[in-house]
Amino acid sequence: MKKPLLEIQDLAVSVDDKLILNGIDLSIQKGELHVLMGPNGTGKSTLVSAVMGDPRYAIESGSISFDGEDITDESADARARLGVFLSFQAPEEIPGITLENFLRTAAGAIEGKPMRVLAFQKKLKEQMQVLDMDESYASRYLNVGFSGGEKKKAEILQLLMLRPKLAMLDETDSGLDVDAVKTVSKGIRAYHDEGNSILIITHNAKILEELEVDYVHILENGRITRTGGRELADEILQSGFGALQKEAADA
Amino acid sequence: MRSFETEKTQVEEFDRSIYDIKDAANASFEVNSGLTPAIVQKISEEKHDPEWMRLFRLKSLQTYNEMPLPSWGPPLDGLDIEDIVTYVRPNTAMRAKWSEVPDDIKNTFERLGIPKAERLSLAGVGAQYDSEVVYHNVRAEVAAKGVVYTDIESALTGPYAEMVRKHFMKLVPPTDHKFAALHGAVWSGGSFVYVPPGVSVEIPLQSYFRLNAPGAGQFEHTLIIVDKGAYLHFIEGCSAPKYNVANLHAGCVELFVGEGARLRYSTIENWSKNMYNLNTKRARVEKDGIMEWVSGSFGSHTSCLYPMTILKGENSRMEFTGITFAGNGQNLDTGAKVVHAAPHTTSHISTKSISRDGGISTFRSAVVVAPEAVGSKSAVACESLMIDDRSRSDTIPVMDIRCDDVDVGHEAKIGRISEQAIFYLMSRGLSEDDARALIVGGFAEPIAKELPLEYAVEMNNLIHLEMKGSIG
Repeated sequence: MKKPLLEIQDLAVSVDDKLILNGIDLSIQKGELHVLMGPNGTGKSTLVSAVMGDPRYAIESGSISFDGEDITDESADARARLGVFLSFQAPEEIPGITLENFLRTAAGAIEGKPMRVLAFQKKLKEQMQVLDMDESYASRYLNVGFSGGEKKKAEILQLLMLRPKLAMLDETDSGLDVDAVKTVSKGIRAYHDEGNSILIITHNAKILEELEVDYVHILENGRITRTGGRELADEILQSGFGALQKEAADA
Repeated sequence: MRSFETEKTQVEEFDRSIYDIKDAANASFEVNSGLTPAIVQKISEEKHDPEWMRLFRLKSLQTYNEMPLPSWGPPLDGLDIEDIVTYVRPNTAMRAKWSEVPDDIKNTFERLGIPKAERLSLAGVGAQYDSEVVYHNVRAEVAAKGVVYTDIESALTGPYAEMVRKHFMKLVPPTDHKFAALHGAVWSGGSFVYVPPGVSVEIPLQSYFRLNAPGAGQFEHTLIIVDKGAYLHFIEGCSAPKYNVANLHAGCVELFVGEGARLRYSTIENWSKNMYNLNTKRARVEKDGIMEWVSGSFGSHTSCLYPMTILKGENSRMEFTGITFAGNGQNLDTGAKVVHAAPHTTSHISTKSISRDGGISTFRSAVVVAPEAVGSKSAVACESLMIDDRSRSDTIPVMDIRCDDVDVGHEAKIGRISEQAIFYLMSRGLSEDDARALIVGGFAEPIAKELPLEYAVEMNNLIHLEMKGSIG
């Protein structure tokens, strides 16, 4: 079997000395789309934040490898430059820097060389069209005064512009209306190909409808308790996590 | 737990190399340090003052000796006037061609980008080196409209002598405070600008003040008169190389904005960190006139700078936009003052301050509304950003409202850089330093966009340099 793009082994993560995740194993191959589900407060966001390198989350044990490199001790910017990306549930507002300037700065940081302005602008315009984003957003300050839906679209725009190897989407569909979910889903499809991988955290079926799901993982009480195919997501969306837990208890 | 701290390097002071290149001492004349009637007399002789000015200087000196130091503001212990050389004449007469300016002085201004800016984007330039103006030139087409832009010494004896005499230190009298009195006694250099009625100067004039001599004082006087319905944008820049002894800057700026006229006055102050910058700026605005201040304070050891606007005529307006960046060892006490002295006057003060690495930044504002200023409006907003726990930021607003029918507002915010915001930017590939610089740059952006372009670029560079290796 070929080497996975992301390989998490026996990972334990704490925040403020409270253990949130324990014994997490997860492996994602290039080209795969994984879905992470689970009741609120079980550590889904903690997992993707730890993979991204949020310093508030302390890695107590275990390891994270990416593209064959151990990144457990790498800083967030080093991980981003290797190709890790996180679409935040509540992205920060950064006054004084426009979305366009920010994206050019970020793309330059990841590429390791400054972006050519005209080529960059052309690409930005194209990707904004994919997401039905008004061009005026490019010259607005990053996320400042954006509605919830606009912020999520701006995250997907960053995904499309930065083209990471691994995209982790933390409830990018939550709080969006039906049309906006469709747009985000369209953005994900525009990004996804054989060379990259996706990990989606969601509570909704809508976002998965038009996506090719390879694996579904259920995270409960800081552990991955079940892994299956798309049918596992359908089952949960129909009957809830409670039914699943009961089934497990009965077995 | 892994933290940002491990990756940090501490840089004591940012690279000021462009500003820090010192020229060898090559003065043609300088007075002894200290302040006596004989020294003031000597300065007056050297400058061939008219008689009234000689007497004015001596009277100012008397006022200086009688006045106490201010009882408030940052400490001035490190400043001893006995150690300050108040007059240093550079080894050249004033020129109107850069090619005639001595090489060492010309090269200094070349490094600061002044001749280039003059060619590209200015209608005229004045350049002062220590106590005297070494270069002054204004574009022929601007001069042809009747605009006068010259050193103040020439103006004192030229066709505008009477106008200068009528306005000189009338807005800021020597009795205003101790350093205004000092200025009255030993002032030298600076610019005189007169814009005739209805004339609009479409591209800016700029004066640049460079202090090269260690232990010296610079006391330039800027007098600008913008007549009825005229428009001018005036830019003032200042810098000095760093020495281990205290230098003093006690300039004075007097601005007269005529009826329906508009004056924009932009400053980027980048003195070295041994400088006491005790500068006084004041504007008087007639009916329907507009005064706009844009002020950036980055350098100096200690600054006291509170540009004041007197809204004298009905419907006159002022806008003040300022930014102050206090780093290690700096105590920058800045702000703005406005007096609403007529009905339906408007003031808008908006400032940002950044303090890091133990720097102290204090914002003072004073809004005075006279009983006759009915229907006036005033809005003051200040925002402070503290980069670390060792730095300080204070806001001291004063309001003296003597009229019921006014609309006065004050808003103050003090904040820190959010660690979540840093993580967000780092997750997009930016290094921690770059993430911090981006956030601080963004904080300063509303001010930067008011600055002339080359100064906005300079300010951004300064912020990036200052933020390199800053403490989290």
